[in-house]
Amino acid sequence: MGASPRIVIVGASIGGLTVAETLRQEGFDGQIVLIGDERHRPYNRPPLSKQIINGEWEPDDAGIRSESEIDDLGIDLRTSCAAEALDVAGRVLHTTQGEIPFDELIIATGTEPRSHPLVPTALTLRTMDDALAIRDGLRSARRVAVIGPGILGSEIASAARKNGADTQLIGRSGTLTFGGVGALLSSRLVELHEAHGVELALNAEIVGASAGAGGTSILFADGSSERADLVVAMIGGAPRTQWLLSSGLTVDNGVVCDGTGSAAPGISAVGDVAAWRDPYTGTPVRVEHQSNAIEQAIAVALRLVHDEQVSRPVPLFWSELHGTRINAFGWFDQGLPFEPMDDSPAVLVSRDGTGRVHGAVGWAAPPREFRVARAAVAESSTLAPLH
Amino acid sequence: MGVVVQRDACVGAGQCALVAPDVFDQDDDGIVLLLEPEVEGALLVAATKAARLCPARAIAVSA
Repeated sequence: MGASPRIVIVGASIGGLTVAETLRQEGFDGQIVLIGDERHRPYNRPPLSKQIINGEWEPDDAGIRSESEIDDLGIDLRTSCAAEALDVAGRVLHTTQGEIPFDELIIATGTEPRSHPLVPTALTLRTMDDALAIRDGLRSARRVAVIGPGILGSEIASAARKNGADTQLIGRSGTLTFGGVGALLSSRLVELHEAHGVELALNAEIVGASAGAGGTSILFADGSSERADLVVAMIGGAPRTQWLLSSGLTVDNGVVCDGTGSAAPGISAVGDVAAWRDPYTGTPVRVEHQSNAIEQAIAVALRLVHDEQVSRPVPLFWSELHGTRINAFGWFDQGLPFEPMDDSPAVLVSRDGTGRVHGAVGWAAPPREFRVARAAVAESSTLAPLH
Repeated sequence: MGVVVQRDACVGAGQCALVAPDVFDQDDDGIVLLLEPEVEGALLVAATKAARLCPARAIAVSA
């Protein structure tokens, strides 16, 4: 990098902000430009589907750093600024607010949710503004339909029940899933939702919908239909890479990077948009968890400042459904035994035949008990590749 | 170096207590407990790592 090098970070969520903060903490004294296409300063996304939509928090409560803290770090934050194209050879980023030359570029643009192709009135959730729209809808909705059997679908159903709405959770695979844990917790999740009055339709094939003054009617393949005042669809997302189409970077379900997050000389990617090559399998893998974005961001910043290599992050994610806290750490091979630990029945572990613990779930588990299991996963992951 | 935690910002991810168990613990709700407000050497390194990993930025390490 030159005399006053400039690092430009595209995406002002937790991944982008963590790169910027870590660069400063590690002594980088060049320019840092952090651009985000939302109007908000950087905020945490996990509370969107929890405290924000159920009204416990106002948007400011989810903020990660205040404007003055960002200023004090010497970070040039530009909100409502979207990346439009990347000129890799010319070292220029084209944005809705003009061209920004760079020495190093970090891509942290995340994902965007898929709209439901058959239910156009369904809301979806990625941004603060999405969450506020769902919050407002939940305040008046008496009947809510949530499409999507993953963590986010479960969280929105949980919030809808908390608001007292009749709530239906719709999926088609027959099971409920929990991020990287897959369907291993399905029966527990079913029991939890049913105990809190969520109606489950987990083998439901949606064939269409009609919307009118009375809300949305969702039509199913068996000829039945369901009416709801508010429909929310959480059916997955796609990496936000449209602006990279002409860049020449390798984009294949995310920005393909080596095992250190480098996509090309001077260009790195972190977080949900990044597919880092797994050091053991050689396959590019995208991980959509906040802790992964943070750890990748730290790893890239340390590489840029010190040329330091950091070990691969272990997936960590959590949720709170109907007041039950569920934590997960590690990898969950659907074929391995998944059982409560002998002395900690609230902690379930995925263990292979050699006794190595690949992953652990705490189901309303005392934090100290879950940490013992986490330490076992962390130790196992350093011995030899688990996955 | 001093360590300060903001318990009302903590989201209970538990990263701090895992990477710096001599400095941080969690209460029964998972919220951070500060065990060691003054750190040096290896504990300082661990506390700095914990602050960085904290998704809520609820930990500050300062001189």
